[in-house]
Amino acid sequence: MFRFILGRLAVLIPTFIGVSIIAFAFIRVLPGDPVMLMSGERVMSQERYEQISHALGYDRPLFVQYFDYLGGILTGDFGNSIVTRRPVLDDFMALFPATLELSFCAMFIAVLIGVPAGVFAAIKRGSFFDQTIMSTALVGYSMPIFWWGLLLIIVFSGMLGWTPVSGRISLLYYFPPVTGFMLIDSLLSGQEGAFASAASHLILPSIVLATIPLAVIARQTRSAMLEVLGEDYVRTARAKGLSPFRVVGIHALRNALIPVITTIGLQIGVMLAGAILTETIFSWPGIGKWMVDSVFRRDYPVIQSGLLIIAGIIMLVNLLVDLLYGLINPRIRH
Amino acid sequence: MTDTSATSARMQDSSRRRRLVEFWFYFSENRGAVIGLVVFLLLVVVAIAAPLLAPHAPNAQYRDAILVPPFWEDGGRAAFPLGTDAVGRDMLSRLLYGARFSLFIGVAVTALALTVGVLIGVVAGYFRGWIDTVIMRLMDIILAFPSLLLALVLVAVLGPGLGNAMIAIALVLQPHFVRLTRAAVMGEKGREYVIAARVAGASNLRLMFKTILPNCTAPLIVQATLSVSTAILDAAALGFLGMGAQPPTPEWGTMLAEAREFILRAWWVVTFPGLAILIAVLAINLMGDGLRDALDPKLKRS
Repeated sequence: MFRFILGRLAVLIPTFIGVSIIAFAFIRVLPGDPVMLMSGERVMSQERYEQISHALGYDRPLFVQYFDYLGGILTGDFGNSIVTRRPVLDDFMALFPATLELSFCAMFIAVLIGVPAGVFAAIKRGSFFDQTIMSTALVGYSMPIFWWGLLLIIVFSGMLGWTPVSGRISLLYYFPPVTGFMLIDSLLSGQEGAFASAASHLILPSIVLATIPLAVIARQTRSAMLEVLGEDYVRTARAKGLSPFRVVGIHALRNALIPVITTIGLQIGVMLAGAILTETIFSWPGIGKWMVDSVFRRDYPVIQSGLLIIAGIIMLVNLLVDLLYGLINPRIRH
Repeated sequence: MTDTSATSARMQDSSRRRRLVEFWFYFSENRGAVIGLVVFLLLVVVAIAAPLLAPHAPNAQYRDAILVPPFWEDGGRAAFPLGTDAVGRDMLSRLLYGARFSLFIGVAVTALALTVGVLIGVVAGYFRGWIDTVIMRLMDIILAFPSLLLALVLVAVLGPGLGNAMIAIALVLQPHFVRLTRAAVMGEKGREYVIAARVAGASNLRLMFKTILPNCTAPLIVQATLSVSTAILDAAALGFLGMGAQPPTPEWGTMLAEAREFILRAWWVVTFPGLAILIAVLAINLMGDGLRDALDPKLKRS
């Protein structure tokens, strides 16, 4: 197992360095002078230009600048935002819980519905039930989620008036963030109605973000179940006279879940990408909206470090999924 | 000599026809795939015949007809069957023209990603060694980013617009083709027919592209089909974020972006463009599923 982890890390570290080079290179290949962009000033004298260029370190060779950037990252310095003037890492830490909360709820919905739907579709293979679930899953998989979000807003916010259109909680409530998770903080605040408000803000974005992972998980669970149900040991279990519930629930499901866990892990990257669209539609103050806003504000230090942090998180999650897979499936380790 | 080559050509021809018949047999068994194919062909017809089918020019603005609802709603007019948008343009005409953009985006982006990806993948799988390591690490780096985020930043770097959006999407789709081709080439490289061709004196180029590559096409066809739908979705998403096709282009995602502020006042300006995207993507995904089942010999037997 130790060698397995070492092997994974040996691949991961060069990849991360490559990711940092790409994130670093973006700001240099951009059209426009990085000095002008970083300083945020439109007109300046030659003297002032050189002064800023020197202050920002842009008069040094590129590779020196890169190692300086890399050194900063290793000590937790990701640069400062042009717009907020605050360290990028601080802004990220302030916004990340919102994305995390949304992703957790979305993943919860996706697994809670997707896995049972896939299992039942596999058991009742070819039935009307199976066909309905798989058709629905394909529609979900093909869904332009930015449109799906707008539709849900039209129906549930516009026509029915059940849910709010944007934000994380009603403006009526204010309490200092403790955990950063609105559902928990609203409970801790003890204000009446705060939790209900937070939950009603969360429901539509969670459904939208859950849609594609839910469809993928249902399809993957079904095909994994079908494969396992055809195995000899399942037939043996049936032949022994075990109840169908035991055969499916204990013998088949446990093995079918191995590839499903990998799928769920890989969906986390999909979710971070989906958060870009979902958070934009619902004005959800998370890192997806933060990245989109930064692209529009041309806040290059944020784009550069934001890309790096998000890619780093995805790589870390993929590593954990790999390790978990190695743990539950010993065959993969060798 | 000429005789034998003619016979072998004829044999090849008949075996190809037999494979096609067999393929169609399995493909047509899948009802969804056939529906997908029919819808897709209809979309192609619509895209080609858009100027003939559309009642109005896509960018013609009717000042007296702003946000007119579809004809079955109160206040709807027969001249604008699906209503008009906020500057009085006919929704139906814009949607019909939009089919051109989406299909073109899907096919062109996939062609670009496929060509580049297959070339790189064949080289990596055939030569292995350090060249393979370098290529695969590069692909890992691209895949480490969420694809839509990378495409978004790339377009911001290159400048917003449909062409740049297509290049960005092709770049983020292409690692999948590299991986797939590399794996298939590695699987085929050790087979007897390849060794036989090598012993007969075939060059590296010939071995790579004439001997090995034609036997790796099945997974690539499936991946290419699914890439068309991904490209359409991603291009629409970039258009929606304001980084893809620019107004007044009747691209479906861009239309949605323009319609966003009217969602609570005029449901039709939001509903129809998204529905068009969904139908196009769904049709292609249905076809992709059918292709996979028909081309995958493992599933065929079961």
